[in-house]
Amino acid sequence: MTLEKGKMIEVYRKMLEIRRFEEKVYDLYGENLVPGTIHLYAGQEAVAAGVCANLRSDDYITSTHRGHGHCIAKGAQLKRVMAEILGKKTGYCSGKGGSMHIADFSIGMLGATAVVGAGLPIAAGAGLSIRLRKTDQVVACFFGEGASNQGTFHEGINMAAIWKLPVLFVCENNLYAMGTRQSIVMAIENVADRATAYGIPGVVVDGNDVMAVYEAAREAVERARSGKGPTLMECKTYRHKGHSRFDPAAYRPKEEVEEWLKREPITRFRARLLEMKTLTEEEADKIEQEVVVAIEEAVRFALESPYPAPEEALEHVYI
Amino acid sequence: MREMTYRDALREALREEMLRDETVFLLGEDVGRYWKGAFKVTKGLAEEFGDERVRDTPISESAIIGVATGAAITGMRPVAEIMFGDLSALAMDQIANQAAKLRYMFGGQTKVPLVIRMPFGAGVNIAAHHSQSLEAWFLHVPGLKIAMPSTPYDAKGLLKTAIRDDNPVMFFEHKLLYSIKGPVPEEEYTVPLGVADVKREGEDVTIFATLYMVHKSLAAAEMLSKQGISAEVVDPRTLVPLDKQAIVDSVKKTGRIVIVTEDCKTGGVSAEIAAVVAEEAIDYLDAPVKRVAEPDTPIPFSPPLEKFVIPDENRIIGAVKEIVR
Repeated sequence: MTLEKGKMIEVYRKMLEIRRFEEKVYDLYGENLVPGTIHLYAGQEAVAAGVCANLRSDDYITSTHRGHGHCIAKGAQLKRVMAEILGKKTGYCSGKGGSMHIADFSIGMLGATAVVGAGLPIAAGAGLSIRLRKTDQVVACFFGEGASNQGTFHEGINMAAIWKLPVLFVCENNLYAMGTRQSIVMAIENVADRATAYGIPGVVVDGNDVMAVYEAAREAVERARSGKGPTLMECKTYRHKGHSRFDPAAYRPKEEVEEWLKREPITRFRARLLEMKTLTEEEADKIEQEVVVAIEEAVRFALESPYPAPEEALEHVYI
Repeated sequence: MREMTYRDALREALREEMLRDETVFLLGEDVGRYWKGAFKVTKGLAEEFGDERVRDTPISESAIIGVATGAAITGMRPVAEIMFGDLSALAMDQIANQAAKLRYMFGGQTKVPLVIRMPFGAGVNIAAHHSQSLEAWFLHVPGLKIAMPSTPYDAKGLLKTAIRDDNPVMFFEHKLLYSIKGPVPEEEYTVPLGVADVKREGEDVTIFATLYMVHKSLAAAEMLSKQGISAEVVDPRTLVPLDKQAIVDSVKKTGRIVIVTEDCKTGGVSAEIAAVVAEEAIDYLDAPVKRVAEPDTPIPFSPPLEKFVIPDENRIIGAVKEIVR
């Protein structure tokens, strides 16, 4: 256990923020307040929180269509993430991006791409930039197991490997690419096994155990920061909801869902913190209440914020 | 003024900008010290600036552009080379969905100072996968700028401007231009994006032409002059931004326009230029707009077949004579 007490509580709070945030987004969608579609991160919180707990504010991350959790874990303001999801002027992207395209360059969040797998070369490029600028930053690149079947997975990781770029390739394996089970589209069980082909370490982690994720990411970050190159980290996890808001995920066996819910990351971490006496029941409840208040504030901010003026659609095409 | 080749002018632009700004670096397949660029544009640069800044890549077009984009949004000014323009298809998501859109999607939070160089064009018998002119693909993607220099002077001046620009700039060269020579000043200069150049003044007809077609149009104009027809050749130099005013001004003067491009006719650049003329200068036209472009076929291999599809002086002259009597 290398995490000090204060940091552990901070990680716990981030996980709770992500969960309550996503629950709120789910409800707001039901009230027709969220345009478009949403892909909820609920269930995978340990991955974003465990990885980002190792990152400095000047380190970078790249994200995906299922990216709210990455933003929050990296330190984005809840209210501006929520405002973007609602298409408001005060959102991180002034309403231009929405749920699938949130970025906050001020904290090194280089943005979410909604093209599966497109973030891997971009993350490698941020890694090359770090190398050429001679800083000791690192990049964490989040993607799903579905993305590992894209050519960009191969091209991006190979380029990062040959140049020993400071990148953590973090595969969040939630078993399903939309409705397609991994076993239908891959002949191997572990995405991390593919690391061998690039001559870099491949690590399989229980992605619902935040301490395990933290530890694996810590090693990968140390390796990256010291110039030894990238790591492919595979976090086995499970999304609680369907692929997007109206997907009831009927393709998932009931027993499988129940089995994964038993390994739910937040309940597990809370029990562990109580058991280690890092937190008392009262302290844990207090954090829970504070998070609920913070989410309510974010929602109020987002709802009260104005929409962008229609003609703002013409801005930001070119600089 | 000293004369230099288009290839050397491009190299001089790269070298000067690398000396001027240490965030400028090059990457691409075989751009480094071993091959020196498929068309030798980067010769000597790896030796001068080192392998870190003149970077040979794997054959991974998508990652070449993705990596360049990632570097561009984190403080660098990459110049990526795609060995043949046809292969841009392999990188299309990174060009059209990522580099072109990041600034917009993220509400102006970032800029993407990236140049993507690639040669287009037919004429050297290398058939359908190495000869296309695909500028229309990119013309349809908001967020990209497009430069297409036809002379060594424009090549150097536009490339320097493109490298200093904070947007992704598609920089299209032509295989048959690398060895042509032209005047290039010793002293520092740049050519702005969005300013057309009248390569030859005339009174009777405007010939709008891009890249290598500028040279064929100039040759055609010379032949026409001997037959008493005075043709003005307008080279836009960049398609995005497009100097519409220069086109309108020339049409006002001549009342006629022939649009000459090497890309396929249907949905091509010539269609967009014809639309600009229709929207903004139709009242000045004394004759229908004429287009000279590739027929809608892939580029064939065998010399007589290839020659048949590439626009040439005779087709340009024929089109002019249809509307100038």
